[in-house]
Formats: sequence, structure tokens, C-alpha cells
Amino acid sequence: MARRLINRHPGRMGIAYLGLLPFVILIFLYATGSALRLADNPGDKLLPGFPAIAEAIVRVAFTPDRRTGEIVLWADTAASLARLGMGLAVATALGLVVGIANGIIPYVRAGLSPLVAVVSMVPPMAVLPILFIVFGLGELSKVVLIVIGIAPFLMRDLQARAEEMPREQLIKAQTLGASSWQIVLRVVLPQMLPRLIDSVRLSLGPAWLFLISAEAIAAEGGLGYRIFLVRRYLAMDVILPYVVWITLLAIASDLLLRAVNRRLFPWLEAGRGM
Amino acid sequence: MTQVTVRDVWKEYDGNVVIERVNLDVAAHSFVSIVGPSGCGKSTFLRMLLSQEIPTRGEIRVDGAPLPPEPTEERGVVFQRYSVFPHLTAAENVAFGLEVAASPLLGRLFGNRRRAVLEQCRAALDAVGLGAACDKYPAQLSGGMQQRLAIAQALIKKPKVLLLDEPFGALDPGIRVDIHKLMLKLFDETGMTVFMVTHDLREAFHLGTRLIAFDRYKTRPEEIGVYGATITFDLPLDRASAREKGEALDELQDKVAVQPA
Ligand SMILES: Nc1ncnc2c1ncn2[C@@H]1O[C@H](COP(=O)(O)OP(=O)(O)O)[C@@H](O)[C@H]1O
Ligand SMILES: [Mg+2]
Repeated sequence: MARRLINRHPGRMGIAYLGLLPFVILIFLYATGSALRLADNPGDKLLPGFPAIAEAIVRVAFTPDRRTGEIVLWADTAASLARLGMGLAVATALGLVVGIANGIIPYVRAGLSPLVAVVSMVPPMAVLPILFIVFGLGELSKVVLIVIGIAPFLMRDLQARAEEMPREQLIKAQTLGASSWQIVLRVVLPQMLPRLIDSVRLSLGPAWLFLISAEAIAAEGGLGYRIFLVRRYLAMDVILPYVVWITLLAIASDLLLRAVNRRLFPWLEAGRGM
Repeated sequence: MTQVTVRDVWKEYDGNVVIERVNLDVAAHSFVSIVGPSGCGKSTFLRMLLSQEIPTRGEIRVDGAPLPPEPTEERGVVFQRYSVFPHLTAAENVAFGLEVAASPLLGRLFGNRRRAVLEQCRAALDAVGLGAACDKYPAQLSGGMQQRLAIAQALIKKPKVLLLDEPFGALDPGIRVDIHKLMLKLFDETGMTVFMVTHDLREAFHLGTRLIAFDRYKTRPEEIGVYGATITFDLPLDRASAREKGEALDELQDKVAVQPA
């Protein structure tokens, strides 16, 4: 008897094939579109052919710039990742400290949690001009934008996670003689760290968004700066590889954080198989 | 040897009376089984003994001293669930109480001192039949093993009073027999006073030296919240004759015994 559609599952090969198929189709559509346009007008810049893209990649990724001696792609990547890493690190530290304090200590929650709730509603891009005015056009304002953009989310998320910890655990710890500080350090913090890393993973998307926006508006280097710079020359042959590269970086950072979680917190996986 | 006295204790939530007029004198080294219908306030009573809740009125004393306003080391607890820390191994769970006592700042020990404490915890886990599971995380243990772990974790602090809220309620009957044996052995060895809430009358009779039942004495819908539950039945199991126990079982069976949810 034919099974219902919802009961029919592809095999391993089927899953791999079906997953790859849309990518292949997209590349094929691009190649066709590009070939058609180039046949029409060899100087077309909108959909450059693969040879032109490859040439651009060699230029930005493997050839030192004539003026500065730097390789553009790597210099941009280093600048962007430094900003992103700094912003994420500060936001994560703030999220951890404020989130746990708000979640566990009633007096801190009473004082801080309304402020965090309001700040998290401020659209970060709306304060970017303020950041440029206050912190200047340098690195600091970009890092601060990332922090303002994601720290409130991390704080609120972690507070919610801390609050939903079973009450029994906190009571049990008290009956075992632990002080507030010891409870935070040995019961709450270790259980919040993997949650925090998960939340940071969710924040990666917004973090890149804020980074590229800030770089687009004012910077002297960086991945976002570059694509907005070459946009003036309609240099799709540079923009497309940059977008792919940024996407790969985003995927890599996500995988990295996931691996960190699995590596550092074996108790999360323990018992899954039972 | 620890006595517990409860004097005219009431508990209200938002003006609704849950428990009223509870008076109880518990002799040293008693095992008090607490039964009663669901929602009548057994857990609330236990939480007051733990100082997780403060009585609206009345007073509870342990060895003559009023209870401190928050949970302390002298009163250990085992809940039905979530009693152990999921991120610590069995041995680390037991070590927790010793480590926080020895290291105020970090709450943990290192090197030789840590090894010594873990060795002590291994022995404690052996005593509850978990010798082979020292390095397992709670999620890798069965329900019965987790409760044994919770008991070992609480007893390492040598509490004067041990509070158990349906500790074996989620376990299979076969597993309960073994854990009952363990519980009686530990009760004899430690000399502590135990309060245990249970849904299982047979368990209450088997383990307890004293049985108390909570119930509402006014049950009309408009009376709920105005009148709370109180102790309606109190039997010293260690002194009762078989006939008294039989009658008590009959009486309680249709009054308070509720099948586990
Ligand atoms: N924190 C609380 N706030 C309001 N009502 C509560 C609270 N805790 C318990 N109650 C109420 O008190 C009653 C007794 O609850 P509980 O002690 O858990 O009953 P039992 O353990 O006997 O099943 C229930 O009606 C419950 O809704
Ligand atoms: Mg209960």
C-alpha cells in the first residue's frame, strides 16, 4: 500500500542529493543567465561569468595590493573578525553577568531588569549616529554597535534561562550549605554557559548585520566596507565572492560554537542515547 | 537526636488558607509518614519545615530553636525530581556539600584535597549501592539510582532532619522495595528525624514510626480557601497493635489514599 506523504522518508543518499539539488539549480540558473547576458553584451557587469569571478578572486585573495602590499581579502577579514570578536566577547560577558544576576538575585532584578527591557527595544541602527558622534568613526563605535545590538538579547535570554532553572536545585544547594556566591558559581553558572553559547550562536546573524552596516557607513577596511566600496564600480565579480566568503565565515563560527558546547559540556549529551 | 515541634501553624497564599492549626510534637529519631489527598498542603507543610516557605502564623522549632528563615544544612531534602545537579557526576554531586564547606571562595577543591573528598564520596555512594556509578552523570542513571544519589548527597552533610517529598513516587514498585530497605537502614544508622510525604499508604506504614494524615474538614466549594487542611489522623506506628494498624489502613484507604497521579 502506498504510504502517506508524511510517512515517506528519503534515504541517506536521497537526503544528500535533495539537499544539494537547490544549490546546483541556483548555480546553473546563474551560469545560464550570465552566459545569455554576456552573449548580448560582453561588457556586462551584472552577472559576471565564472572566469571573471575567478580572476577577481585571484586578485583580491592571492595578490598583494600594489599600494599597501597587503592582500585585500585577508586584511578585510582580519579587520572584520577583530571587530566582530571584540563585540561578541564584550556582549557575551555582559550578557552572562547581567543575565545571571537578574535571574538569581531579586534585588538586582528589581533594579536592572526594567532598564534591560527598555534598552532592548531601542533599534540599534537608530543610535549608530550617536555612537559615531560620541566614539568617533574608529573601531570603538563599530564594536559598541554590536554590543548594543546583541547584549540586551543575551541578557534577557539568560535571565529567562536562569529563572526557569528548577527551584529544587537552588533549595538543594542551600541545604548543602552553599552561599549565594557559591550557588552562582557552582550551580547556576556551569548550567548557564552552554545556554549562553547557544544564544550567542543565535546572535551571530544580527552581529554580522550590525558589523556590515557600521562598516558600510564608515570604515577604512573590512568586509562590509569593501563590498560597499566596490559597489560604486558595479564590481559584482568582487561582491559575489565576498558574500559567499562572509556566509562561509558565519557558518564556520556557528559550527565552532556548537563544537565548543559539545566539547566543554559533556553532561549535556550524557544520557541522550538512553 | 532531634525533636521537632510545630505550634499552631497556618499557611495562606493570597488570603487562601491552605493549612491551619497544625500542632505536632515529634520525638527524636522519628520517621513521620505524611499522607493526604492531592493538593491538601503536604508539600507546603514540608516546605515550611525546610524554610522554603514561612508560616503565615505559628512557629516551628527544631531542638527548641526557632527555624531560621531560609534553608540550612541541618535540614536535608530529597524532592521527587531535580534533586541532583545535572552537570556534576554522581561523586561530584555528593562532594558538593563538602566542597562548599571547605572552600568559601570557589566552592571547590583541587589536587589532593579534592581526591580525598572524592574518595569519601565513593564510600558514601557505595553505601547506597551506587559504587559503580561514581563517574556517571545523573542523566545516565535510572530514576531509582538518581534518588539514591540524592539521598547520599543529602546525608553527607549529616542533617538533623531529612525531608522527603514523594521521593519514590516516580519509581517502579520493584525498585521501591530495595530503596525502602536502604532507607530503613540509613534511618537506623544516622539517628536523624525523617519527614516523608507519600502517596503510597503501604510505603507510609512500612517505613514510618508515625503516620499523620492531612485533610480538609470542610469540603464544600464555598469553604475552600476559607478553611484549610489540618492533621486529621495521627498514629504512632511503632506502638500501634496490628489491629489498630489494620483499622487505620481501612479508614485511610477510602479517605486519603489517592492513586499516584
Ligand atoms: N506558591 C504558591 N502560591 C499559591 N498557592 C500555592 C502555592 N503553593 C501551593 N499552593 C496551593 O496550596 C495547595 C496545597 O499545595 P501542595 O502543598 O503542593 O499540596 P500537596 O503536596 O498536598 O499535593 C494547593 O491548592 C496549591 O495550589
Ligand atoms: Mg505535593
